[in-house]
Formats: sequence, C-alpha cells, structure tokens
Amino acid sequence: MSSLAILTIFVLSVFVGFEVVSKVSTTLHTPLMSGANAIHGIILVGAIMVAMKSDSTLGTVLSIIAVFLATINMVGGFVVTDRMLEMFKGKKGGSK
Amino acid sequence: MSKNLYDLLGLLVAVSFILALKGLSSPKSARRGNLIGATGAGLATILVFTDPAVAKIHNLALILIAIAIGVLAGVPAARKIKMTSMPQLVALFNGVGGGAAALVAIVEYLNLGSEASVAEIVATVFTVVVGCTSFSGSVITFLKLQELMTTRPVVFPGGRFVIAATLAGALATAGWTIASGGNTPLLVMAVLSLLFGVLFVLPVGGADVPIVISLLNAFTGLTVAASGYVLQSTLLIVAGTLVGASGTILTRLMAEAMGRSLFGTLFGAFTAKPQAVSGVAEDRPVKSGSPEDVAILLNYAQRVVIVPGFGLAVAQAQHTIREMADLLAARGIDVAYGIHPVAGRMPGHMNVLLAEANVPYEQLVEMDEINPTFPQTDVVLVVGANDVVNPAAKTTPGAPIYGMPILEVGSAGNVIFLKRSMRPGFAGIENELLYDPKTTLLFGDAKESLTKVVSALKNL
Repeated sequence: MSSLAILTIFVLSVFVGFEVVSKVSTTLHTPLMSGANAIHGIILVGAIMVAMKSDSTLGTVLSIIAVFLATINMVGGFVVTDRMLEMFKGKKGGSK
Repeated sequence: MSKNLYDLLGLLVAVSFILALKGLSSPKSARRGNLIGATGAGLATILVFTDPAVAKIHNLALILIAIAIGVLAGVPAARKIKMTSMPQLVALFNGVGGGAAALVAIVEYLNLGSEASVAEIVATVFTVVVGCTSFSGSVITFLKLQELMTTRPVVFPGGRFVIAATLAGALATAGWTIASGGNTPLLVMAVLSLLFGVLFVLPVGGADVPIVISLLNAFTGLTVAASGYVLQSTLLIVAGTLVGASGTILTRLMAEAMGRSLFGTLFGAFTAKPQAVSGVAEDRPVKSGSPEDVAILLNYAQRVVIVPGFGLAVAQAQHTIREMADLLAARGIDVAYGIHPVAGRMPGHMNVLLAEANVPYEQLVEMDEINPTFPQTDVVLVVGANDVVNPAAKTTPGAPIYGMPILEVGSAGNVIFLKRSMRPGFAGIENELLYDPKTTLLFGDAKESLTKVVSALKNL
C-alpha cells in the first residue's frame, strides 16, 4: 500500500473519530471510554498476524503473550461495557 | 479467501467500529452499539486466520490456546467485577492492550530484521514507546484506584527532572534505534518507556485519574494504528486511529466536565508541589448526630436533595437510598438527586449505580440545574461524597481540586454528611464544610446508616 493511501486513511479516520463522539453526555463518558478501549483490543488481529508468521522461539513466545493480553483487552472490554450499559436497560431516553 | 473479499470484510469490520462509537454516544443506542462493535471484532478475529497473505500458519494451536486462556481470564473478571471497581478494570484492560501492541511491534521488528524500512522502524519505535508508557501508566492508575497505593499525588524532590530525564532518555534511545537498528537500543528504550509511564502517572492526584485513563486509552489507540502501519493492515490503522481521535476528544470533554485544564492535568507532573495542608483543621469540633436526628431533619423538610458519591457505591447502598427517598416522597417531600458529573470514580458512575436501583430518571438532576435550587433546599444529604461538595474548589487556590465546579450544597438550610470517618476524600484535602455549624455528621457505613435512618423515619 502506498504511503499516501495510508496517510489518507489515517487523516479521514481522525476526522471520523472526532465527529462520532463530539456530542456525548457526561453520563456516557465512562461506557464510551470503555467501548473505545475494547475496540483497540483489535490489536488481537495484529498479534495473531505476527504469531502466525513467527518461526523463532523468542518471536513465538512474545507474540503468544501478545495474543493472550489482546484477548483480555478485547473480550473483557466488550463484556464490561455491556455490563455498564445493562444498567440503563429499561430506561427510556437519557440526558439531553 | 481472495484478497478482495478479505479486504472487503475488513472494511465491514472498520464500519462496525464507527457504528459502535456512534451508538455509544447516545443512551438509546449505546448497548446496541457495543454489540455491533463486539460482533465486528469477533468477525475480524476469525477472518485473520484466512489472511491470503499468510502462506503457512505457524503456532495455530498455541494461538488458539492463548485466546482461550485470555477469554477465561477476561470474561469472568468483567462479569464478576463490582460496579465500584469498574474503572480500575477498564484501566487494566487498557494497559494490557498497550502491552500487546508494544509486543506486536517488537516481534515484527525482530521478524523484519535488517529489511525494515525507516518508516517501519519509526512506527515500531512509536508503538513500543507509547505502548509501554500506556501499559505501566495503566498499572499505576489501577493500583491507585484499587487503593493498593496512595491516591494522593506522589511527588518527590527533583521529581520533574527525573521525569524529564526519563522521557529524554526514551526519546534518545528511540533515535538510537532508528539510526542504528539492533535489539539492544530497542530493549533500553522499552525499559525507559515503562519507567516513564510510572513516573508520568505517579504525580497525578486521585481526582484526575479518570482523565489519565482516558488519555492512555487514546494513546493505546494510536499505538494500534502505528502497528497497523508496520503490519500493513488497514483495519488496525482505521480502528486504532478512531480510538485515538475519539479518545482525545473524550479526554478533553472529561477534563471540561471536571473543570480541569488538560494541560494542567498532564503536566501536573512537571509543576506539582507538595500540598500545604491546613494544619488547624484537625482538632476543630464537628457536630455529629444520631440516625434519629437525621430522620427528624429529613421528615420535616420540604425539599431534600441527595448527593451521592463513591461511599454510596462502596457500601452498595443504592437500594437503601431509594427506599428512603420513596418514603420521603410518599410523605409529600420533594426529593431529588444532585449528580456531580464526576461523583464516584468516573463520569457517569452515579447515574449507572442509581439506575441499577431503578431510581426514576427524572429525579437525577445534573449539577448545573441543581445548583440554583440549593438555597430553596431544606436538607442536603451527602452520602459518601466529599470532593464534589468541597468548597475548597472555589476558595483555596492551590488545592488539587481548585477550579473544579462543585455542588454548592453549602447554600442549603442543613447539610447532613454520611461518612465512614473524618478521612478526607479521594483528592486528599480537608473539607471545610464538615465544620460548618449547619452541618450534621452521621458516621458509619452508608448502607448501615441509611438502614437506621429508614427505620427511624418509619417510626416517626
């Protein structure tokens, strides 16, 4: 992939990231942070990618640890966010 | 799987993350948003095994085992954690994510060896420095929130020079790594970055910890984006950048809600001085009352405002407080809850807790709306909160919470504090309001105290 294409993707993602959360009530700060936290658990995909390629012992050990840690981040992150949001269940509306 | 299909599904996952963040920004769609994100992440995890760029899959069994153990470790922790401990769990999850990103970059660096381009090495170095900082910084925030260490700012003489030197050292070794390659500079750099993460968070006061978690969260997002560049993965670049950007905005919003300047929070490390604690405060008399006294005050009030804080969460007293509020409302007393945006350990903590006890949403009033009503309020019942009502935020320049908007409960007729002890709040500062003549203190666990107040109310 060309560097310019990557830069384009990066810059557009920055704007999308800014835009989607620009209006959020304080009530949702914590779940939103937790949800974003779970999303960067996508590093699991990167960890699996390097683990699949590793044929050295050191590389394998480090990448398997990375897979383990990233799984905790991703799975735990989504579950804990869901638990926070469960508390809003049955509440209609929210803060303005 | 063909390359095109693979990339197309990757795009689908990226879109699911955008929808997840969008959904999480509104109460109605928040839960659905989170589920969309989780589905996308799950799809991506399965998809990566079909990556057409990988000719032969090494370590498949080990990878699956590591994922299984990760699930076994993460899910029960997330399920069983008490509502009160959620913030530190998020901090910990963030830390392991940062650690994982740093490891991924290190392995890819080892794999590439001398073939790595300068841009790839720069991205690797960035990932390792920021990932390690995020990891160790998150561990310290975890320890602070778990109260395994002091929640006060840790400041030592010359601390700012040590921090600056560590950062300079990390950056210098980063330059060394980029210039010469090799494993030693990378290792030294990783160690210095870990140290910097610790030193960076130590001087942050308890009240600012949520902002730091949010910032480290954004950092981790950026490291994921950088490792995506090294791995040539569009998905990682998009997802990481989304989290980095939205996390930065969120950090700013949080800082605004707490009335803190982001700059002051971050660089508190460089300017922090040991706090001068007012020494006279300790010995002055306070007025403490019995549950019966409190019940009488409440029963003859026209309007009661309840200010919940972390103590309510610790004692799990949300159901008891609702029982008390219902009892008062049944007697024609106007009851409202004054919710400080950062009451508890995180923004929105109290809303979540009270929603669990089915407190009617209309009774939860935000700070800006409730503040003008305090002069017409007969009794304010502060349950396990301290810093969010501490007038020092207005009157004492130099106090760690100075400048934070507070609930101005001091203008109400009577103030009742339910507290465990005279211990100061999370920010570690004395609260003048406790010594005010119109303040009554009821010591004890919030739930026990409230239960006694409820039974006293029933007898009136």
